[in-house]
Amino acid sequence: MWANIYALLIKEFLALIKDKKSRFVLIGPPIFQLFVFGYAATFDLNEIPIAIYNEDQSIEARDFISRFTAAPAFTEVLRITQHQQIAKVLDEKQVLAVLHIGQHFSRNLLIAHQPAKVQILVDGRNSNTALIALNYMQSILANFNLDWAEQHHLTLPPAQLHIRSWFNPNLSSRWFIVPGIVGLLTLVVTIIVTALSIAREREQGTFDQLLVTPLTPFQILLGKAIPGFIIGVVEASFIILMAVLWFKIPLLGSLLALYIGIFLFVFAIIGVGLMISSLSVTQQQGLLGGFLFIVPAIILSGFATPIANMPVWVQNFTLLNPLRYFLVIVRGVFLEGFSVENLVNQYWPLVIIGIVTMSCAGWLFRRRMY
Amino acid sequence: MMSQMRLKGLIYKEFLQIWRDPSSLAIAFVLPVFLLLLFGYGVSLDAKQVPIGWVIEKPTSSTQSFSDAFNQSEYFKPVFFTDMQEAKLALQSRKINAIIRLREDFSRQVLKPQPAAIQIIVDGVDANTARLISGYIQSTWSKWMNHQAEQRGTPNHMPVIAEHRIWYNSALLSKDYLIPGLIAVIMTLIGALLTALVFAREWERGTMEALLATPISTKDILLGKLIPYYLLGMGGLMLSISMAVFLFEVPLRGSLWVLLLTGSLFLFVALGMGLLISIVAKNQFVAGQIAIIVTFLPAFIMSGFIFDISSMPAAIQMFTYLIGARYFVAILQTVFLTGNIWAVILPNALALLIMALIFFALAARKAPKRLE
Repeated sequence: MWANIYALLIKEFLALIKDKKSRFVLIGPPIFQLFVFGYAATFDLNEIPIAIYNEDQSIEARDFISRFTAAPAFTEVLRITQHQQIAKVLDEKQVLAVLHIGQHFSRNLLIAHQPAKVQILVDGRNSNTALIALNYMQSILANFNLDWAEQHHLTLPPAQLHIRSWFNPNLSSRWFIVPGIVGLLTLVVTIIVTALSIAREREQGTFDQLLVTPLTPFQILLGKAIPGFIIGVVEASFIILMAVLWFKIPLLGSLLALYIGIFLFVFAIIGVGLMISSLSVTQQQGLLGGFLFIVPAIILSGFATPIANMPVWVQNFTLLNPLRYFLVIVRGVFLEGFSVENLVNQYWPLVIIGIVTMSCAGWLFRRRMY
Repeated sequence: MMSQMRLKGLIYKEFLQIWRDPSSLAIAFVLPVFLLLLFGYGVSLDAKQVPIGWVIEKPTSSTQSFSDAFNQSEYFKPVFFTDMQEAKLALQSRKINAIIRLREDFSRQVLKPQPAAIQIIVDGVDANTARLISGYIQSTWSKWMNHQAEQRGTPNHMPVIAEHRIWYNSALLSKDYLIPGLIAVIMTLIGALLTALVFAREWERGTMEALLATPISTKDILLGKLIPYYLLGMGGLMLSISMAVFLFEVPLRGSLWVLLLTGSLFLFVALGMGLLISIVAKNQFVAGQIAIIVTFLPAFIMSGFIFDISSMPAAIQMFTYLIGARYFVAILQTVFLTGNIWAVILPNALALLIMALIFFALAARKAPKRLE
């Protein structure tokens, strides 16, 4: 029996890698995407273009403005001299925000007993960037106020916040996203390997040949599953290695916990891939099925947007998504130092998803054989 | 005349094929509805009702007024703890997203000239959410201080205050920004999925030889493949736009015609890319694999749909110029939320046109002219 499966495995591996383009598809893009996405997927503000509209030529105003232009999050690309220009530069996306300092800024700041007002105008088309930029500007302003009050012996505010963040002290998006990419690319590669495999045999007519061999349906399915498993685990290991060595993401938790997670995750994904594959008659259907799984699996996983922000019924729906559990595992092990006992609640749903999808794939495979 | 008839015949044949394997129709009409519903409800960056742990070591009237300021806000959901240890455990097990700790000397310190320290710990794993939460906390804190100052009759001691205005999306609803961009992601998928397999399929089934044996020119073969899928894709685009406007109530401030026109340019890019994949791959298996890799994830991550392009490192920004969705996302976000700003629309539309021409030129060059 094992000799049969071994022969089938060799055939499946050959089918995957004998074609130069197919071989390249499995190796090239995941590596390339890891590096490009690792840098591209960031919510951090970095040199966001802003414009300054300064009507007050005092030293105080200049000092105030330099706090903004010196911050790494912003870079001043424009000086505005007329009020009408504001709408133009925002409309045309030349800048994300305009900082407007009125004529009476320094007078109010130094003499009068009323606060000096400045105006911040933000392009809200990208609401997330707008909100973060605005928060950032507010905190620059708060620091200026505090320093000013101290220097001029004004009454200090009654309370002050000391904010610290755990697990990711510099709040770098990369620490959050790169471990997520481990899940993302493992998912895509494993689906690519499995989702079209049976449909291709059907379409090319080699499926019948496979059926007349002494292999049982279970063995055929195993022959389709094992290459996906090996490729998925190898790919995940490579990305983890790169995350640690290249992106310098701290890996605090136990490797054992991570690998239990990877095995269960790849197992569940293969189940889904083979299910799609046994359902589809043509490769176009297989491809469509692959997309219909990959896209929601990524969107509803918490990869880019938190699950907690979704409406409750969508949150319940995400419980079916294997990637959701894996992302908790991989981020927990990387950043929070989780070990096996912290993750039991993430493991067992993956086991159930894997068993259900695998049995469905087996059942569909046998039913659709004739 | 003859060639027109042949083209018609070819288009008719393609339509029959679409009709017989309904997965193409599903791609054009079911996929956009499914994806828009999924993204529209599933993707949100608005954190609301964030569970916040409170550790108030000695409750007094001033700690009360401080925590009330937070609990009235729709952004927070308070969870009270008696000591820091308990709260830290809750933060580690992700039951709460942040801890606010008021020490026992808080009420005394508030009255002294030196400010009282409020300790805040935020779960930083999701850096973006952490940043949003600390932003909310800061603005609630400054509101509380203004309120305190008013009550005591002392003038506001802020030397500088900012009044801010957010243009185009004043409520900062993430749906209004994500859903227009989403149309570009969906159209990328539809365009490539529709055409990625068409040539590969003919090769694999051996019908490519039959097609080449007819007197139809390469140009007509390409057009015959393109036109039916273009019509399907435009149907999908209109469906997506009407769902965005009517179901998700995203304001459409620019003109519909600009959207349709630039959308149709973008569709040419997506279809052209699919055709090229199909021609180069020659078998459906590889074509399908390439289509999965080059469409969804690049359009999702590198188009500016969710991650701001201007925050990416310069080298990565160069790569985004290769992603057709980037140009269409910029057009969509502007036309929906701002209006017909030609300074944004024209350069991006020009880029789409150039990309479409490059894809078609490559497809025509690589298109099979004879059997090898």
